[in-house]
Amino acid sequence: MAHEVAVLGVGMHPWGKWGRSFVEYGVAAARAALKDAGVAWKDVEFVAGGDTMRNGYPGYVAGATFAQALGWTGAQVASTYGACATGAQAIDVARARILAGLCEVALVVGADTTPKGFFAPTGGERPSDPDWLRFRLLGATNPIYFGLYARRRMEIFGATLSDFAQVKVKNSRHGLSNANARYRKAVTLEEVMASPVVSDPLRLLDICATSDGGAAVVLTSMEFARKHATSPVRVVAVSTVTPRFPNTIIEMPNFSTDSAATVAAPDVPFKDSIARRAYEAAGVGPEDLDLAEVYDLSTALELDWYENIGIAKPGGAEKLLRDGETTLGGRIPVNVSGGLACFGEAIPAQAISQLCELTWQLRGQAKDRQVEGAKLGIAVNQGLFGHGSAVLAQR
Amino acid sequence: MGGAKKRVPAIEGWFRMNDAEPSLLGVRCSACRTIYFPREAFCRNPECGGGALEETPLSRRGKLWSWTDNRYAPPLPYMARDPFEPYTVAAVELEAEKMVVLGQVAPKVDATGFRVGQSMELVLDTLFEDDANEYIVWKWKPVAA
Repeated sequence: MAHEVAVLGVGMHPWGKWGRSFVEYGVAAARAALKDAGVAWKDVEFVAGGDTMRNGYPGYVAGATFAQALGWTGAQVASTYGACATGAQAIDVARARILAGLCEVALVVGADTTPKGFFAPTGGERPSDPDWLRFRLLGATNPIYFGLYARRRMEIFGATLSDFAQVKVKNSRHGLSNANARYRKAVTLEEVMASPVVSDPLRLLDICATSDGGAAVVLTSMEFARKHATSPVRVVAVSTVTPRFPNTIIEMPNFSTDSAATVAAPDVPFKDSIARRAYEAAGVGPEDLDLAEVYDLSTALELDWYENIGIAKPGGAEKLLRDGETTLGGRIPVNVSGGLACFGEAIPAQAISQLCELTWQLRGQAKDRQVEGAKLGIAVNQGLFGHGSAVLAQR
Repeated sequence: MGGAKKRVPAIEGWFRMNDAEPSLLGVRCSACRTIYFPREAFCRNPECGGGALEETPLSRRGKLWSWTDNRYAPPLPYMARDPFEPYTVAAVELEAEKMVVLGQVAPKVDATGFRVGQSMELVLDTLFEDDANEYIVWKWKPVAA
């Protein structure tokens, strides 16, 4: 397996609404990851920062921002952005650099400080920006898109409000003992279904919050890792795929899908292609997975992901959930970290935090939420404007 | 007209300002015939060498793909009324174009009985107003098949 890098260290700053600078969370996560790896900051040759769009210029140059905060050492940097997929891009940039032999030790950091309420586009009059226009002309917040997918699931596959609520109930129990999670309270079906409707059929507790948080990983060459650890967790594939034309599922922040009238829709829809690319690169399949971390921006979206990553056939997600297969102790536990349901979204940190969770699970360090004997895990998400994100980790 | 507000499109060139027969205005590539809405400056078909893009009206009717609503006022730049009035958003599939297009649903339409696949028609309606103008946008409205 030529395309493997080691995850030598992982670290996080707890998710919450702390109201401090994102740099603080990033630095705390980076120091935790370095300590976990047993690597000194001055030995890091390359820093990949996941950018944040809501924290001014330092957020657009996150790699340098974190490097400066940790103390300039002359390390080389890159700063990447891919919306919710930002973290996977930062991971992939560091991984590629290691695989190319350009460095042995890389630090990947993402952190965010988020405003209260709905995510809004950046300010000013920007009528050529679809992200601005979707708010102006449609009032299409993120939950509007989540609501469209959820209603479609109900109409096509017979999903129920109770199924959606059950996802939240499951994830809230998974995250109970996760010290990095923001929400650590078991909720009931009744509480979810009685919470205020935001974008019908989705209730407040079906939709993830926006959070502050930070996550970091130390990636190294396999050769370097073997000198520092026995049997380190390995990243065996990263997928940062974009859609193929025509993309026929309506996607944030678009007004429409591509037209499939002249060019037929691709055999594999975009969201299905995200994990598939990673499986193909690693020579594994969904049947080999021991756990999955998926991007539950809404409860209903978690069900979509079961099908997108191939652990259920189209329309089969509800049965998988109802049978308890995706609950800790089931055949293929999903979001044992508690997922976005317990974390809320800290955009550039999220995909990195997913890899932190996979690493703890594969090392057997996940305590109360440990998936017994986990050997292979996948983390997936999707960023608006066509960003796929999947990371496969193995031990 | 004393005091009557001027009706202006909330965005220029995205739809025909014709109340009797409104339609969205897309573009069609002269080479591969692919249609785009909103209009594009280039043909995005990777198999196409790129032709001239010519304005073309889209079908005025389609089938409901999905719908949802907003119960809380979105942030700016949405110009929410005060008090806020919840609205429904529909995704409508245009058969000829094989394309799904979003739009708010016309006000006072009860979405309770909506079903995927039902017929929807394009209408024009006010998005917001200021002292001088009413800003008009396209919306979807159920129609008998």
